[in-house]
Amino acid sequence: MTRTSRHPTPRAFDLQETALSSLATILPLAAEGESGFHKPSIAEFFPPAIWFEGTIFEINRIQFVRFVAVAVLLTIMVIAARRARLVPRRGQNMAEMLLDFVRVNVAQDILGKEKAPKYVALLTTIFFAIFAFNITGVIPFLNIAGTSLIGLPVMLALWVYVMYIGAGVRAHGVGGFLKSSLFPPGVPWPLYVLLTPVEFLQVFVLRPVTLAIRLMANMVAGHLMLVLCFSATQFLLFEASGGLKPFGALTLAGGFAITLFEVFVAALQAYIFVVLTAVYLSQSVEDEH
Amino acid sequence: MPGTAGILFAAETEEVEGWRLLIPAGYDILWSSVVLIVIGVVFYKLVLPKFQAVLDERTEKIEGGLAKAAHAQEEAAAAKAEYEQQLQDARAEAARIREDARSEAGQIVAEAREKASAEAARIAETAQRQIEAERQQAAVSLRADVGSLATELASKIVGESLEDEARRSRVVERFLDDLDAQTTATAGKGN
Repeated sequence: MTRTSRHPTPRAFDLQETALSSLATILPLAAEGESGFHKPSIAEFFPPAIWFEGTIFEINRIQFVRFVAVAVLLTIMVIAARRARLVPRRGQNMAEMLLDFVRVNVAQDILGKEKAPKYVALLTTIFFAIFAFNITGVIPFLNIAGTSLIGLPVMLALWVYVMYIGAGVRAHGVGGFLKSSLFPPGVPWPLYVLLTPVEFLQVFVLRPVTLAIRLMANMVAGHLMLVLCFSATQFLLFEASGGLKPFGALTLAGGFAITLFEVFVAALQAYIFVVLTAVYLSQSVEDEH
Repeated sequence: MPGTAGILFAAETEEVEGWRLLIPAGYDILWSSVVLIVIGVVFYKLVLPKFQAVLDERTEKIEGGLAKAAHAQEEAAAAKAEYEQQLQDARAEAARIREDARSEAGQIVAEAREKASAEAARIAETAQRQIEAERQQAAVSLRADVGSLATELASKIVGESLEDEARRSRVVERFLDDLDAQTTATAGKGN
C-alpha cells in the first residue's frame, strides 16, 4: 500500500497541465480586458456565511451542500430499506449491489470472512457518506464537494482512527497492539531503531492525516479544474475577442471530460478511503505470527 | 504542480491563505460531526439492519430450498434403494421356492421309491412264507400219502412177509428217513 497521497494522477495531471498552459496564454489577455474572467482560487472553499457568522454554528454554502447531500442520501437509502423485499426490484438491486460491493469486495477480501462482519457497517456507512459528499461536486447548483472542506475528511479520518486503534486494542490489549504495530515481527532487532519511530508515525499520525488530506485534496483539485474550464469557457465564448472564441469549445470539452472524470474520482476516493480503512483495521486485528 | 499551483494561488493569498485548506475551522468540525452522526445513526439503526434482515431472510430461503431439494433427492434415492432391495428379495425368494420345490419333489420321489421297494419286499416275503407253508403242508401230506402208498405197494410186492406190525413199521420208518434225508439233501443243495 502506498502511503503517499493518491492523486488521480496521470490523466488528471495532463488535463490540468493543458488547462493551465492554455490559461497561461489567456491570462494576460484577461488582465488587459479587465472583464470578468473568474480565476479559480481556494477562496471558493471559504464562501461567506449564510447564518451565524463568526460563531461556531456558522453555516455557509458548503455546510448547506452537506445538509442537502445527507438529506438526499438518507432519503434514498431509507426508502430503499423500507421497500426492501425478499425478491428485489430494480432499485433495490442497485442498492444491494453497492452494499454487496462494500461487503464482499472490500470487507471480505481484505479482512477475511470471519472478521469482516464486525466492520461491514462501518465501511458501508463511510463509503456511502463519502460518495454522497463527493458527488455534490458535479451536481448542478451544488457544485462543490462536501468533502472539499477539510473538517469532514478530518472527522471521517478520526472516526476510522478511533476504530482501528480500538479494534487493535480489543484484539491484542494495549501492549499487544503496540508491540504488533511498533515492532513488526520477523525483523532483526537492530532495525527496530529505525523501524519503530517510522511505524509509530505511520500508525498514529500519518494514516489519519493522509486519509483526510488525500480526500480533501482530490476534491479541491477537481473543483479547481472544473471552475477553471467552465469560467474559461464563459470568458472565451462571451467576452474574448473573435479569434479566441473557438478555444471556448476546447475548454468546454475539457470541462465535460473533467465532469465525467470527477464522477469517477468521487467513487474512486470513496473506495480508496474504505479500502484503506479495511487495511488499517485488518493490520490492527491481524493475528500475531 | 506546486509551481503552477503557486502561481495560481499567489493571486489569492491576500484573501485566503493556503494553510486554511488544511486546518479545519470550529464550525466546520461541528457541522461535519453533525452530518456524520446523523448518517451514522440512520445507517446503523435503520438502513443496514433492514437490508441485513432481508439478505439473511433470502439466504435462509435459498438454503431452505436447497435443503428441501437435497432432502427430496435423498428420499428418492432411499425409495429406489428400497425398491431394488425388494426386487432383489423377491428374486431370492423365487429362487428359494424353486429350490425348495425341486428338493421336495426329489424327496417325494425318493420316499415313494422307498415305500415301493419296502412293499415289494414285504410282498415277496409273504409269498415266500406262503410257499414255505404250502411246501411243509405238502411235505406232511406227502409223508402220509407216500407212507401208505409205499406200504401198500410193498405189501403187494412182499406179500405176507410184512404182515408183522412191528417189522412193517420199522421198514416204513427207515424208508421215510431215507427219503427225508434225500429231500433235505436236495433242498439244501437247492437252497
